[in-house]
Amino acid sequence: MPGGIDEQQVRHIAHLARLRLSDAEVVQFGGQLGAILEYMKQLNEVDTAGVEPTAHPLPVHSVFREDEPADPLGVARVLANAPEAAGAYFKVPKVLEQGSA
Amino acid sequence: MAATVTDGITATFERIARFDPLLHCVLGLLEASALESAKRLDEIRQTGAVPGPLNGMPIAIKDNICLDVGMTTCGSRMLANFRSPYNAHVVERLLAAGAIPVCKTNLDEFAMGGSTENSGFFPTRNPWNPDHVPGGSSGGSAAAVAARLVPYALGSETGGSVRQPAAFCGICGLKPSYGRVSRYGLVAFGSSLDQVGVFATDVPGLATVLGVIAGHDPRDSTSVAAPVPDFVRTLNEPIGPLRIGIAPEYFGAGLDPEVRAAVEAALEVYRTLGAEVHEVRLPHASYTIACYYILCTAEASSNLARFDGVRYGHRTARPADYIDLYSASRAEGFGPEVKRRIMLGTYVLSSGYYDAYYLKALKVRTLIRNDFLAALSHCDVILSPTTPTPAFRLGEKTADPLQMYLMDIYNCGANLAGIPAVSIPCGFTRAGLPIGLQLMAAPFAEGRMLQIAHAYQQVTDHHFRKPPICAG
Repeated sequence: MPGGIDEQQVRHIAHLARLRLSDAEVVQFGGQLGAILEYMKQLNEVDTAGVEPTAHPLPVHSVFREDEPADPLGVARVLANAPEAAGAYFKVPKVLEQGSA
Repeated sequence: MAATVTDGITATFERIARFDPLLHCVLGLLEASALESAKRLDEIRQTGAVPGPLNGMPIAIKDNICLDVGMTTCGSRMLANFRSPYNAHVVERLLAAGAIPVCKTNLDEFAMGGSTENSGFFPTRNPWNPDHVPGGSSGGSAAAVAARLVPYALGSETGGSVRQPAAFCGICGLKPSYGRVSRYGLVAFGSSLDQVGVFATDVPGLATVLGVIAGHDPRDSTSVAAPVPDFVRTLNEPIGPLRIGIAPEYFGAGLDPEVRAAVEAALEVYRTLGAEVHEVRLPHASYTIACYYILCTAEASSNLARFDGVRYGHRTARPADYIDLYSASRAEGFGPEVKRRIMLGTYVLSSGYYDAYYLKALKVRTLIRNDFLAALSHCDVILSPTTPTPAFRLGEKTADPLQMYLMDIYNCGANLAGIPAVSIPCGFTRAGLPIGLQLMAAPFAEGRMLQIAHAYQQVTDHHFRKPPICAG
């Protein structure tokens, strides 16, 4: 298991998570996350050869319902908490003409 | 003259007004809707209609559970003005049973924390000593019941967030089996771990509320179609042969001597009730925290991606571009613990680290779950302290996040394994702080577990003790 976390990694993670961090936060989080990840390393001691992963504790799989439309929330309720709305749309800054995220 | 529901609800709000300025349990009061519901229930009562099982009972609701009245803030500035367009499933059930939500309670932001100090608004104080934390993340709900502001409250658990504050606040707190109670309308933190939980001052209270909120809900694909037993009726059925499991892993280093003494005394009480005590082993117990914090933060990083300033919640005032819209809105809306956990979760799921951390933790989870299932095949319940120490002081654990995480050591196992667990009061420290006793049982064995907890309360009186400030 890899250890430690440097500033470049912290900035990369923050970008993946879409969290803008100040320079001070990069340093602080780097230290805290490094210590936490160091603690996590102890899982390396556990022999998990042949062990199936448990994503959730119930023996329940592929729960489906019939593909029938249900009562919608309605446009008014859906837009009620919108920071900005126009007609039946959520309004956001322009998305096109951006570099790769 | 018999008291009306309106009288009871009015008295509840008077009591909240009297004590909440000290305790800070409440994020939102629901006076108008509560009094309206009370009036309606009083009118129905006049017609002679049979009241529901919680008729007219005031109830507090943790503010990460959606209610279509007032705000649902999750204790976060990200959702400070968010009005839920729907009621959670558990709220629908409570309303149908005649319960009256009177307030939304404070919590660690997005349920991330063990002290309620991570609330984006203010910390809640422990009614037994206001310089101490009530625990978390459901600290507001626990403090409200402990101070006898309300008889029942809903909380939520991902890693002990009902049991731990119940222990710190000297009341009863229940985590149902995963799948027993619908999560529809519980704002998701760790979807494979989350469960709505119940606070009450005694085990019959837990059983009553659980009976109301439990059951299959087609809107939650992880809610189980198993029939819901009558938890209240089974409380008083003969207990029969009783086997208590003790795991030495829960009585090792770090356990406060006063907590140890109170829990050992509780075990003696069970011996006098005829219980056989069996040693059980939980060999992977020491890996619980590492496993839990990898998995819950991974799930949280995914669940909290929806808070991006687009459709609801805080949006930054002047985004430079659409990436900045997300990054700045999230930076401004989330507190440091939430950011820390999102970052940790993102890291363990990221390319190059996924196998070493996340997949490894999923396999360790299997081993932890298997440990519990094996142990519980030899006993009815595993008995342990709920927490290694009583409630700590405000500010005592905030400097080092890892120290705070280590407090969850006796709790997270039940969430990872999906098993039911309960905390009940079993004593007090010399300084007057409550001590909690934890019982854990096999999946869907809440009935038996509550019966065993109830048996303890029939012959002890710790659960009757109230915080000194609330004597009036």
